[in-house]
Amino acid sequence: MSDWPLWEVFVRSKGGLAHRHFGSVHAPDAEIALRHARDTYTRRMEGVSLWVVRSSDIVASDPDDAGQLFEPAADKVYRHPTFYEIPDEVKHI
Amino acid sequence: MPVNRYLTSMYTTELSKQPNVQPIGPAEDPERLAAFEARVAADEFIEPKDWMPEAYRRTLTRQISQHAHSEIVGMLPEGNWITRAPSLRRKAILLAKVQDEAGHGLYLYCAAETLGTSREEMIEALHSGKAKYSTIFNYPTLTWADIPAIGWLVDGAAIMNQVPLQRTSYGPYARAMVRVCKEESFHQRQGYEAMTSLANGTPEQKQMAQDAFNRWWWPSLMMFGPPDENSPNTAQSLRWRIKRETNDELRQKFVDITVPQAEFLGLTVPDPDLQWNEAKGGYDFGEIDWDEFYAVVRGEGPVARERITARREAWESNAWVREAAAAHEAKRRAKVAA
Repeated sequence: MSDWPLWEVFVRSKGGLAHRHFGSVHAPDAEIALRHARDTYTRRMEGVSLWVVRSSDIVASDPDDAGQLFEPAADKVYRHPTFYEIPDEVKHI
Repeated sequence: MPVNRYLTSMYTTELSKQPNVQPIGPAEDPERLAAFEARVAADEFIEPKDWMPEAYRRTLTRQISQHAHSEIVGMLPEGNWITRAPSLRRKAILLAKVQDEAGHGLYLYCAAETLGTSREEMIEALHSGKAKYSTIFNYPTLTWADIPAIGWLVDGAAIMNQVPLQRTSYGPYARAMVRVCKEESFHQRQGYEAMTSLANGTPEQKQMAQDAFNRWWWPSLMMFGPPDENSPNTAQSLRWRIKRETNDELRQKFVDITVPQAEFLGLTVPDPDLQWNEAKGGYDFGEIDWDEFYAVVRGEGPVARERITARREAWESNAWVREAAAAHEAKRRAKVAA
């Protein structure tokens, strides 16, 4: 028998925080994926909520495209508040 | 994606008789290789979809999968004592620890799979005897005192190995190690606590503790792998930041922190040559029996056959669970389609 499909596991560590990627599990269906995720990644109160997503459903950017995707932001420092000089005597800005 | 071959001649701690430098090969694009080396040298993490040299992929696949196998086989010597733990407290602790080992194996298999080798191939390599796992698990657990000794010494040595791996250059491996290290600390502490109980118990109990210590001390030192001069892949692994410290450096650290822990328990380290060396600020210790080590690596450990037989039996006798889950999913899918 070949491997069950792979599922990516996301855990919300506590209320108010986003789900974060923790790892993956193999499972034949979503329900068993959730159970395996619970046993594998939350044995010590690591979370209050779980997401599982089939790995094959995730679309990721190509690392080779990282330059054209992300480098244009590098020369736009004026998008950051620290780019602007405000005299010291001006408060609350 | 390049095809992965599953090489099996090595051991989690980089055992190999292969030539010193892994052939990077003319097939690798020199520009990409240079960019890769620069990223690694700058302590960047390499992620699954990033370009990497074939030898890097191969070394990591082997190291991570063997590490995973070690966690899985590591459940066997301890599982042996779950039903005979001396109290409910110790039994609950041991159950939790063995469950953790299964979890660690799963984190690691997941990390290895991101390099392109399937779980099925890895399990098959373990069960066919093609893949190696840590030599330590081919020693038997003869008395209850072996359980505390394993937690304290074997998990202690594992922590020493794994802490630097939290900064290993391959992202999924590093992240798995962060989780493992967090949990491993419980393993070592429960072992030392249980060892303390024995050491402070009746003369018979103290004798059990000393006996277990005598049997596990040297195999624990062997867990760090062969000495640096016989560890040909260390240089390449250090260069690629797969490994962050050498076998001998880690072994020395382990001895230096463990000897005082043994003294605190009133146990005698089974090494007549052990001596504090003021000049180097560490202990000098006796020669390790490398013949024994290589024999165990070759599969001649006292319970090597028993371990793999137990693994295979567990896999085969539980096949019906996997089949039932697959059948259930197929039925559900058919219902949705109808």
